[in-house]
Amino acid sequence: MTAQQAQIAPDLTVDEVRVRTRTGSAEGSATFIGAAAAALGLVWLVYQRVLPFSGVLGFWVCWYVMFLAVYYLMARMQWDGLEARNRLASVAFATGGVLALLIVIDQVGYTLFKGEGAVRHVNFWIKSASLVGPQTTSMKIGGVFHAIVGSLEQLGLATAIAVPLGVTAALYLVEIGGGFAQVVRTIVEAMTALPDMVAGLFIYVTLILSLGLGKSGFCAAVAIAVTMMPIVARASEVVLRIVPGTLKEAAYAVGGTQWRTVRDVILPTARSGLATAIVLAMARGIGETAPVLLTAGYTKELNLDPFHGPQTSLPLFIYYAVHVLATPPYVERGFGAGFALVVVVLILFTIARRIGGRAPGELSKRQRRKLSREAS
Amino acid sequence: MAVALTSEPAPAPTGPPGDDSPRKIVSRVSASDKAFRGVLRSAGIAVLVINALILIFLILRSLSAFHRAGFGFFTTQAFYPELGGQFGIAALLPDSAEIAVIALAIAMPVGVAVALYISEYAPAGLRGPMIAVIDLMAAIPSIIYALWGLFFLMPRILGTDEWLAFHLGFIPFFHFTKPNFLSYFVGAPFIAGVVVSLMVIPIITSLSRQVFSQAPQGEREAAYALGSTKWGMVRTVVLPFGRAGVIGASMLGLGRALGETIAVTFILTPPTFHFTIHVLEGGGNSITAEIANFILQYDAKGQAALLACGLVLFASTLIVNSLASLVINRSRSGAATAD
Repeated sequence: MTAQQAQIAPDLTVDEVRVRTRTGSAEGSATFIGAAAAALGLVWLVYQRVLPFSGVLGFWVCWYVMFLAVYYLMARMQWDGLEARNRLASVAFATGGVLALLIVIDQVGYTLFKGEGAVRHVNFWIKSASLVGPQTTSMKIGGVFHAIVGSLEQLGLATAIAVPLGVTAALYLVEIGGGFAQVVRTIVEAMTALPDMVAGLFIYVTLILSLGLGKSGFCAAVAIAVTMMPIVARASEVVLRIVPGTLKEAAYAVGGTQWRTVRDVILPTARSGLATAIVLAMARGIGETAPVLLTAGYTKELNLDPFHGPQTSLPLFIYYAVHVLATPPYVERGFGAGFALVVVVLILFTIARRIGGRAPGELSKRQRRKLSREAS
Repeated sequence: MAVALTSEPAPAPTGPPGDDSPRKIVSRVSASDKAFRGVLRSAGIAVLVINALILIFLILRSLSAFHRAGFGFFTTQAFYPELGGQFGIAALLPDSAEIAVIALAIAMPVGVAVALYISEYAPAGLRGPMIAVIDLMAAIPSIIYALWGLFFLMPRILGTDEWLAFHLGFIPFFHFTKPNFLSYFVGAPFIAGVVVSLMVIPIITSLSRQVFSQAPQGEREAAYALGSTKWGMVRTVVLPFGRAGVIGASMLGLGRALGETIAVTFILTPPTFHFTIHVLEGGGNSITAEIANFILQYDAKGQAALLACGLVLFASTLIVNSLASLVINRSRSGAATAD
């Protein structure tokens, strides 16, 4: 509202004053900022003098506690106890949300920042680490191409195993049901929480020790698939369950068999939700380290064949670089691989968010355009 | 064709019993449907078979270790399974549990606060992005958490550790028996617990959020109508409604924390086989870290011992998770979120 309008407003809209439903107010914001500043000053003074060596983290923890105390005192000066406690609670919960946001930003940002030194060089993306020794400081030699190839091949194989199995199991839970399905559902839930290390042990014991297969990308892919399958199954079940019953009944009413109904009605309707479930499971799968550690075998060489010989993936490369070899140049390369891994996960996550979020049966822009083209 | 017979509440029988029973619906299943249902069923069976195989193979392969160690497996703190040495989980299992409990002690309040913020306090426009942030937090690979914990958090948390040891040392957990150098704080279970807590937060948050958002609207409005503030409403309606959900979510988080491998392996240095409740003292171990560090180096005897550890881990997470789903499904709020 401009100043001119404000002047004439009382004449024109006498009984039409818009009610403000906003809960924030100038006093509220001022109290918040004031408390934050006061706590910062106070902690700065006391903390630095009394406890000189207590580190950055301790500083902010103390600041936060002090901030809540000051905020409560300031609120208590203006409002009654009930209202002051109410405001204290909202501020405390909101800072929880801010903390989660900061942690995510910090983790992603720190990995990207530390990895930047290695990934600047083109060779990091197109060379394997075969020529890299433990003390090779120059980042212009070698790279993680072998690990990127390994990650993508293992993820592809794992997806090819886990997705059909997971989606079919979800269809079984939704479409057939019954007492046995209840048992399967319980097992799937238990499997979701299966420690990824146990999945690795299982494949190590069965495929490698008992069947005598050598460590290979394929073994790693099966181990990843064991951890991905329950995620796909649970998420798909939720999505399949919200396909409108009327659609199914319509399909049955025109004489469709169950198979045709599932193929032509249920799966297409749930497509976007299923895609989200699959992509999120892939994001989880590509970051799996513990199963790969036992099953893939570490190598510095490029191995294009996932079925024979050891094949390194990105998480495995990081593990060896940081934990096993642990020399400063290798740690830097490890962070470079972390950079690549974070980028892949972020891409998968963004894809999942983009295709997800639509209700079952809701069409994307492209699908709508296609429909209208066909209609005309 | 499949027709699910949903049992409607039967009307009170008026005639002789059996007179009014629902008629039997017979449907002829076509050949293609028979095959189709067979495929679906086999997928369900495959899930069971995979789990049974995990259990059977772990048991078979670790039997020799159990034989060798006998009951000492549960009472020995050392772990030298090669060359006929002593080994047991009396240090490893409590260490794992200790880290998981630290993680939970941090993650539970934070996770519930974030869940409350998203479901009750956040403006409508911020809700979606906040949920995305929590989902992303769950999607970040654990090895990235491990890198972050080792290189970013560790140097910055040592001062806090020292402060805790100095000023809260009278609490047994924070008691510090080693010489007071910062290097003795490096690689402590406490730091591992903090990193693992960050992985548990998204689990607790997303489950609690779903439960909180289903607190009945009528009861919320009733609380407001009685003059409650928002915090009063949350305290008397939302939190009691979601209590079981929060407990269940925390137990699921506990299971996750018990099974966490990479972050714990990275941070706990040097590996020790002596359980201590002084969580600030550097060094420690866990079942997962022990397996990750040694399974590829040990001979067959050593591997059997590690597989026995893996079996114990599998069993303990299974127990914790089953209890969690039991708590969730038994609760008032859980019935609505079971799917």
